[in-house]
Amino acid sequence: MAVSLRESVELISDPRNLDTSVEEVFQLMLGLRCRREDEPAGREQESVTAVVGFGGLLSGACVFSCGSQAALQIAAHMTGMEFTAIDNTVKDGIGEICNMLAGAWKGKVPELAAHCGLSVPAVITGRDYNLHVQAPEFQLHHIYRFDNWSFAVTIVCDGLQ
Amino acid sequence: MSEVRALIVDDSSVMRKIVERSLRQAGLDSLVVHEAGSGSEGLDVLKATAVDLILSDINMPSMDGLEFLRQIRAQNLAPGVPVVMITTESSEEHVKQAIQAGARGYIRKPFTAEQVKERVLPLVHAG
Repeated sequence: MAVSLRESVELISDPRNLDTSVEEVFQLMLGLRCRREDEPAGREQESVTAVVGFGGLLSGACVFSCGSQAALQIAAHMTGMEFTAIDNTVKDGIGEICNMLAGAWKGKVPELAAHCGLSVPAVITGRDYNLHVQAPEFQLHHIYRFDNWSFAVTIVCDGLQ
Repeated sequence: MSEVRALIVDDSSVMRKIVERSLRQAGLDSLVVHEAGSGSEGLDVLKATAVDLILSDINMPSMDGLEFLRQIRAQNLAPGVPVVMITTESSEEHVKQAIQAGARGYIRKPFTAEQVKERVLPLVHAG
């Protein structure tokens, strides 16, 4: 029998799935509690963004974005090491956070867990760039805060079978 | 416990360190860790080094974890050594594929040190 996600779109785009996934990844892998916020704590020019693509019944991406100071803090909590610059280990850590978020999020819907694959993470660093997706099926964009740092997680779905 | 030689295969060096830390927290103090960043690197390690335990990611560039597992069996590398998959993929289908390919355990990321202890230590003790 052909599997379709069209009838599950409300469940897939339920914002609580993303909140639960973020809480789970940060609590288990970093030992950090984070809470959802309406506004970022303050916009840093330098930012780190990780992208993990979805393919299969759902196509799109999970995007994790934070300022450089938040990235250093996240990498420090993951590894138990201190970082002063966005080096390859920090980028690797941010990519893995995005990978786990993407996996945890799709794991909330059984059909998605079984029929949607993940790409390996890509990490972008730089200043003053924006993410733009033309006419997505749906998009979730949430901001979270831990300690004094904030980060954003975006789920973009540009195709659903 | 006597020395345990573990091969950790993950394209993320940070995840390799986290898995190693979790194994030590699980009580494997006398741990000797070999690392590989892909399935093909993992095969090279197994051709040169004897290990007691293999932990592997699934989603990796170059050679993924399932193909790595199939190649271990096809090339008769590390016979009898337990392989545990540690991955973000959590569906029944992925677990089934991993078990069919020869995995003895499955841990979903994100994970706790306690989960690593529960699923890995019995395999080490059984060996």
